Amino acid sequence: MKSLFTSGHRGCAGCCDAMVAKFTLMAAGEDCIIISPTGCLEVMSTPYPETSWEVPWVHSLFENAGAVASGVEAALKAMGNKGDTKVIALAGDGATLDIGMRSISGAFERGHDITYVCIDNEAYMNTGVQRSGATPFDASTTTSPAGKVSYGNPRPKKNMPAIMAAHGSPYIATTSLGYPRDMIKKIKKATEIEGPTYIHAHAPCTTGWGFDTSKTVEVAKLAVQTGLWPLYEMENGEVTKVRKIGKQKKPVEDYLKMQKRFKHLFKMEGGEEQLKLIQALADKNIEDFGLE
Amino acid sequence: MTVIRTLDKDKMDVAEGSYAVAHAVKVCRPNVISAYPITPQTHIVEDLSQFMADGKIPNCEYITVESEFSALSALVGSAAAGARCYSATTSQGLELMHEVLFNVSGMRLPIVMTIANRAVSAPINIWNDQQDSISQRDTGWIQMYAEDLQEISDMTAQAYKVAEDKDVMMPAMTCMDGFILSHVYEPVVLLEQDLVDEYLPAYEPEYSLDPKNPLTFGAFADPTVYTEFRYLQQQAMDNALPKIEEAANEFYEIFGRYYGGLIDEYETEDADIILMAMGSLVGTIRDVVDKLRAKGVKVGLLKVRTFRPFPAEAIKNVIKDAKVVVALDKNISLGLNEGSLFTETKASLYNTKVDVPIVGRMIGHGGRDIPEKTIEDIVEEAKGIISSGINTESKYADLKEELL
Repeated sequence: MKSLFTSGHRGCAGCCDAMVAKFTLMAAGEDCIIISPTGCLEVMSTPYPETSWEVPWVHSLFENAGAVASGVEAALKAMGNKGDTKVIALAGDGATLDIGMRSISGAFERGHDITYVCIDNEAYMNTGVQRSGATPFDASTTTSPAGKVSYGNPRPKKNMPAIMAAHGSPYIATTSLGYPRDMIKKIKKATEIEGPTYIHAHAPCTTGWGFDTSKTVEVAKLAVQTGLWPLYEMENGEVTKVRKIGKQKKPVEDYLKMQKRFKHLFKMEGGEEQLKLIQALADKNIEDFGLE
Repeated sequence: MTVIRTLDKDKMDVAEGSYAVAHAVKVCRPNVISAYPITPQTHIVEDLSQFMADGKIPNCEYITVESEFSALSALVGSAAAGARCYSATTSQGLELMHEVLFNVSGMRLPIVMTIANRAVSAPINIWNDQQDSISQRDTGWIQMYAEDLQEISDMTAQAYKVAEDKDVMMPAMTCMDGFILSHVYEPVVLLEQDLVDEYLPAYEPEYSLDPKNPLTFGAFADPTVYTEFRYLQQQAMDNALPKIEEAANEFYEIFGRYYGGLIDEYETEDADIILMAMGSLVGTIRDVVDKLRAKGVKVGLLKVRTFRPFPAEAIKNVIKDAKVVVALDKNISLGLNEGSLFTETKASLYNTKVDVPIVGRMIGHGGRDIPEKTIEDIVEEAKGIISSGINTESKYADLKEELL
């Protein structure tokens, strides 16, 4: 299959954004228009006069991908497009959960026929790994650093899929870079369903999380296998499918210890208690989604 | 040049300013309208909503966004996809759009937006001045100011004509004074569909988001190329100067109505005193000029119709032989104590051979009424400048000292 996201971009080795972009285009094919807000993906894929995009692509600002996608969809509709052209926003977690929240909320409430893919690498990577609303509990970032009186980010991740479900979206799915086939299948399904659909893609960032560039997929798999990142689909507000963990189930330590952003938990006094709290978050996911 | 209006009374309706604008937008055949309600812009978008509900705007989508920020952001996507786009806003809404304004201009998307000019908060105030749009002067939008309902209506078609010109490709704001024009009823010729179709061709962008010809919009520009993008925006503004004149002239040929291009003049030829202004205030000054001319005062009016690009040459040519010029501003640059029309006119005369005293008077802020008497007092003061020079370069003309 021809890749519509070409090599030669400026992403780091093992870059999660590049991988999600590539898989999204494998799912969407040539007849699509991609909207990206400001972030790593935009910067590393379009250094003028070069571009990695073999499909039409537009970047406007940081906080408006939902609105720009709305406008593209409305224009296609007004000008007689039969609805074949897929309109897809590809946005980071900060641009989605934080600064772009108003924009995505409006777009979904209005019911535009768009697919919004959130590439969740759990912090503001483009500006140097600052915490976002998607940063997990106890992760050390440059604005939630671990220190003598801090274990890192004090709050768990914002539950964005639930927020999008509350908008009445017909299809919402979580996916992970650890499972490319799962990702491609879900994005394809999302683009084929009429109305605003949402894909939340967990995407380990080698630079921001601090792991070897060859381990992106391994780290992503462990997030799923520990129960910290449950994979599920929701149709019209109901969970219709989950990916069971079964015998692959791993303790959260296996996932956390591979990453520099959690290394303080294994060194600091009281770290063990924190690990138990994180294990409890995973256990709750396993129970809530019936992952065992 | 004076105002030329061969108005056919049979063609006239009594309409609200907002309705006249909404109708004008409709006959310009937009593909995407996106707007968020804010006083005093609301009637425009309500009227457009009703047109949509009645199926009167073909091939058009209306997006009822959740904020002004998204109103303009949505149009970035629509315009990039090749749609003719429209929005309307004012005051806080326009300030909220600030970041997107730069973006639209930098991406060279010829969106047209009506501004129902209103004061900015705090203190919150819904009445007219022009602080909102003047504060956006550096965002790379063409800015035109209308004197009355007929002009703001007709200006809509002219704005599309200029903005979409291949040598321009810049967004345009058409500015109408909030309430004073947006909510007033006047006899007006609602923009004629058949003539608009003759005047304004369908928008055919050179580049658009098209899967058959994939292009990248909004790329990242580093220091090796950024300056050239900005230079080209300025060049487009330079190109817009003659295009605005041409658009007004061509409009006159087809519709028989003319209000000036970049500027307009009234009784300026032999004038010792020239008053400069933008927007509905021009109408008041016109009456004062008539009144004072009847008494033998040699006073004239320079109407500045286009503020961006700034028509420095056209202004200079009108005021060069006057004995004093007074620029009236419904805005203030805090910390400079000047309105922008004054500052920029004054600056444009420096390094030229024109040596005419010019003063600035700020007036009508936050909707304060501007009676003819206030203008007459300004003219009286200007006479004193001719005889004994400038006393105060810039000040409020209608300050209530007793409230301070």
